[in-house]
Amino acid sequence: MGPFLEVLIGGLLTGVLYSLVALGFVLIFKASGVFNFAQGAMVLFAALSLVRFLEVMPLWAALLGSAALMVALAVVIERVVLRPLVNQEPIILFMSTLGITFFIDGFGQSLFGSDVYPLDVGIPKDPIFIAENTFEGGLLVDQVDLWAAVVAGLLVLVLALFFQRTRIGRALRAVADDHQAAQSVGIPLNQIWVIVWSVAGLVALVAGIMWGTKLGVQFSIALVALKALPVLILGGLTSVPGAIVGGLLIGAGEKLAEVYFGPIIGGGIENWFAYMLALAILLFRPQGLFGERIIERV
Amino acid sequence: MRSWKVGTALVGAALAALGAAPASAQTEQFIPHLVYRTGPYAPNGIPFANGVADYYNLLNERDGGINGVKIVFEECETAYATDRGVECYERLKNKGNGAPYFMPLSTGITFALMEKGTADKIPIVTMGYGRSETAAGAFFPYVFPIVGTYWTAADIALKYIGQKEGGIEKLKGKKISLVYHDSPYGREPITLLQARAKDYGYTFDALPVTHPGVEQKATWLQIRRNRPDWVLLWGWGVMNSTAIKEAAAVGYPRDKMIGVWWSGAEPDVEPAGEGAKGYNALMLQHGAGQYAVHRDILKYVYDKGKGAGEKDKVGEVLYNRGLVNAMFSIEALRVAQEKFGKGKPINGEQMQWGLEHLNVTAERIRELGFEGMIGPLKLSCQDHEGAQIGRIHQWDGKKWNIISDFIEADRQYIHKMYEETAKKYAAEKGIQPRDCSKVS
Amino acid sequence: MIYREAGTFRTTYRADQAVFPIPQDKAFVLGLVAVAYLVVPFVMTDYFFLAILIPFLILALATLGLNLLVGYCGQISLGAGGFMAVGAYSAYKLVSIVPETNLVVAWLFGGVCAAGVGILFGIPSLRIKGFYLAVATLASQFFLDWMFIRITWWTNYSPSGSATAPPLDIFGWVVDRPVEKYLLALTFAVVFAVIAKNLVRGRLGRSWMATRDMDIAAEIIGIRPMGAKLSAFAISSFVCGVAGALWAFVYLGTWEPLAFDINRSFSILFMVIIGGLGSILGSFLGAAFITLLPIFLNQVPAALGLPLSTAMVSHLEFMIFGALIIFFLIVEPHGLARLWAIGKEKLRMWPFPH
Repeated sequence: MGPFLEVLIGGLLTGVLYSLVALGFVLIFKASGVFNFAQGAMVLFAALSLVRFLEVMPLWAALLGSAALMVALAVVIERVVLRPLVNQEPIILFMSTLGITFFIDGFGQSLFGSDVYPLDVGIPKDPIFIAENTFEGGLLVDQVDLWAAVVAGLLVLVLALFFQRTRIGRALRAVADDHQAAQSVGIPLNQIWVIVWSVAGLVALVAGIMWGTKLGVQFSIALVALKALPVLILGGLTSVPGAIVGGLLIGAGEKLAEVYFGPIIGGGIENWFAYMLALAILLFRPQGLFGERIIERV
Repeated sequence: MRSWKVGTALVGAALAALGAAPASAQTEQFIPHLVYRTGPYAPNGIPFANGVADYYNLLNERDGGINGVKIVFEECETAYATDRGVECYERLKNKGNGAPYFMPLSTGITFALMEKGTADKIPIVTMGYGRSETAAGAFFPYVFPIVGTYWTAADIALKYIGQKEGGIEKLKGKKISLVYHDSPYGREPITLLQARAKDYGYTFDALPVTHPGVEQKATWLQIRRNRPDWVLLWGWGVMNSTAIKEAAAVGYPRDKMIGVWWSGAEPDVEPAGEGAKGYNALMLQHGAGQYAVHRDILKYVYDKGKGAGEKDKVGEVLYNRGLVNAMFSIEALRVAQEKFGKGKPINGEQMQWGLEHLNVTAERIRELGFEGMIGPLKLSCQDHEGAQIGRIHQWDGKKWNIISDFIEADRQYIHKMYEETAKKYAAEKGIQPRDCSKVS
Repeated sequence: MIYREAGTFRTTYRADQAVFPIPQDKAFVLGLVAVAYLVVPFVMTDYFFLAILIPFLILALATLGLNLLVGYCGQISLGAGGFMAVGAYSAYKLVSIVPETNLVVAWLFGGVCAAGVGILFGIPSLRIKGFYLAVATLASQFFLDWMFIRITWWTNYSPSGSATAPPLDIFGWVVDRPVEKYLLALTFAVVFAVIAKNLVRGRLGRSWMATRDMDIAAEIIGIRPMGAKLSAFAISSFVCGVAGALWAFVYLGTWEPLAFDINRSFSILFMVIIGGLGSILGSFLGAAFITLLPIFLNQVPAALGLPLSTAMVSHLEFMIFGALIIFFLIVEPHGLARLWAIGKEKLRMWPFPH
């Protein structure tokens, strides 16, 4: 029972880390219908800028600097990419985010370097052991993951409040519902997009901090986006809580599968298992667990 | 309209560049160099590339080239992608008087170039990587996994564990786990470790980590549960530092971990911070640190502002690997010059002869300023590996410390494996091995 | 002026339904193919064949295959790399079990296997749509990657887990010179382009397009969505599988599963989109754009004599490439093929607009 719970806890916490990346996808998809391939690159860009700023300034200034950079990026993306491509098909917008990915990758690396930079923002790293009396050796919990879970929880809370309680949030929901209708009642579409991409950029910064603490800031953290994709479709492309629940399911599912099912067939299965799990659930709910129901009319 | 003009100009420029390169003077030796300074593996690719570049520059600045032949080298960025690597190879293979050799530093590119190199008669020098059986030179005339293959590495690691346990026979009943990158690179040692498990009586299990290896919780929780006596790590790039961090997180003793020589450099341990203290890794003979050759490099290259990287990174593990790799290749080039004309550029076919007759003695190594870094190396038609020794170094949180003497792998045992596997390859490809007794 | 349809009268249904109803189009395409066969082999260097044209043609073939699925049938798939791997490994396996097999047969067999796998992984498309489907197809990509590395049967238990192609011997023709490899790849690309072009004009192609435009409406007018979608998956995977076998046998020689990893899938999908969804020509243009442009950009600074570091050159390559993708999408969101069509419209008037 002990090892099982340990794997389960580890999986759930890892899942939250995936959710952090998936959240950025959801925000952008919800408000602008863009499947943002560049989310991974944005996580990398944010983390790189933070870690390089930290070399010359204190933490608060570096955080502010990176946040400002992400907002600036959002403004540029809206102005240069989204505005000329308004009303295009989703797949075209998807493709344009590939262009953004390439650009950010090249730009970020030429500005901040391609090396690996250790990031330490004061998150404790030692593992803690719980329920030591119940199980031999206790249950191991990774503190970084625990902190990530706390941060993710707070983030979702803030986002939920932001969406539900503020004027901008209401406007965002209106835009998410129907671009044209929102525009016709006087909601400035362009501003909303800047805000959404900025928020997604800030979420990317948070994800970047967490993953950067775990892995060191380097190009590979952009690849974490691949782990967020099954989370995304499982939870539903348009649902913030879906990203969290999806993350928990995928994290726990893939870890349990790897540990208990993997050794039988040679191991290394967690990558595809996550996708298969998402696929299996999609067969019953094609819009993900919490996604908006797709209604089609002829 | 303007954009069209710019476009045409660019197309024209590029076509000019793609066309045949102007014939270089007789006193220049063109050397291509495949690098990756961007992308996911850049942290490991940069120091290696800098080491190679600095060594070439050192020869030019200090000695005026090789016997008066100036080295002209060109880097080509592969970003670790196979197709870009092939493109670079094709772009550079005929430049100058023909490329003398290639060093791809990537398993995928090595695979793709093995046959192309053989067909074009250009040696592929894969120091410490590539397919192990290519050490059987009779079957692979143009592939040179010099200084060590993965089977050698795995055997050295086992011998070291034997030493630590107080005798190789003490391995009986021990548990050894391999955490490996789930690709041909990572799978390479499994064959040997499984075969050796029968000889020595340890239980062996292999835990794959899927590419790129950013998430390894499941693997390390399994290790926490199984508690193997030793863990071997066969990773590359981000996978290494993540593995070390996760090992720290599950409380697996780092001094019971042994990484292969591609898992034992600064970018692998530094991101793990304190958690990496006590972590061991194999050395491809050399480790970190500065030796006589570094003093020359600092004096002749960096003080003149021609260094490829930052001054304080001179002497890192992968930087030194670049140096050693370039040094052996250039020494073989010198051998080729002795035979085919001193002071003349060398092509791939001549270089192959040079490599097969390479004999770098301890004395020569002292002359070159590599004493203490690397031992002698002697290649032949049968043996493209040359040396099968290695050491272990340990990270103390700040730097690498060498903690073992040279350990030699079981030469006969491994060579038998090379032969068997190479024969299978030859049968599949329908090639006849060379008769090494007839090769001059 | 140059490009005019006036004066071209079609008097039979046959003429009206021809592949190229406009003579200029026909002349142009035939001319292009003639140049590719008769001129290119004599003027190009080995570098162009091996590093540019062969990978371009093979990837164009894969793009063509995926375009049938994404562009014509509207099912976004990120599994192309996986299907290419199926083609490569099953062809390899067939050749190693029965060494007498003709390589062309082996490659087509690879395609058939890929088609089978494609149908299997296409089944979810009956329920799942859009980006959900795109991400779901990644399941096949990751699973196939894993399978080819884990099940050592596929690589004949080679300790390194890599596979090596035998010498290319086709009907006694030993393909080893770069030109010959080029001609081989070209032939495959041309043959499949012709097949694809005819396929999409026929009943099957029309049922795909109807499904793409609105699957419910298509169902109502009597098209079975299952048949249409699964046949698109099968044929698309078949072409991808053949392309994968060529990629492994003709281009790489020795390969590892990473040669068909997820980046390959993404890049092929991007070739389809930038080239033009639902366009045969676009598949070739898209493949050219995504494979050749970065190589070209990478060589510009050296050609202009700019003293930039290797790292800087490739960062610039990334940035300019990204910017160009966005630029082309803004200029013409429907891909390069549409740009080409607009160019033809313009040529009709030129040099006397109105």
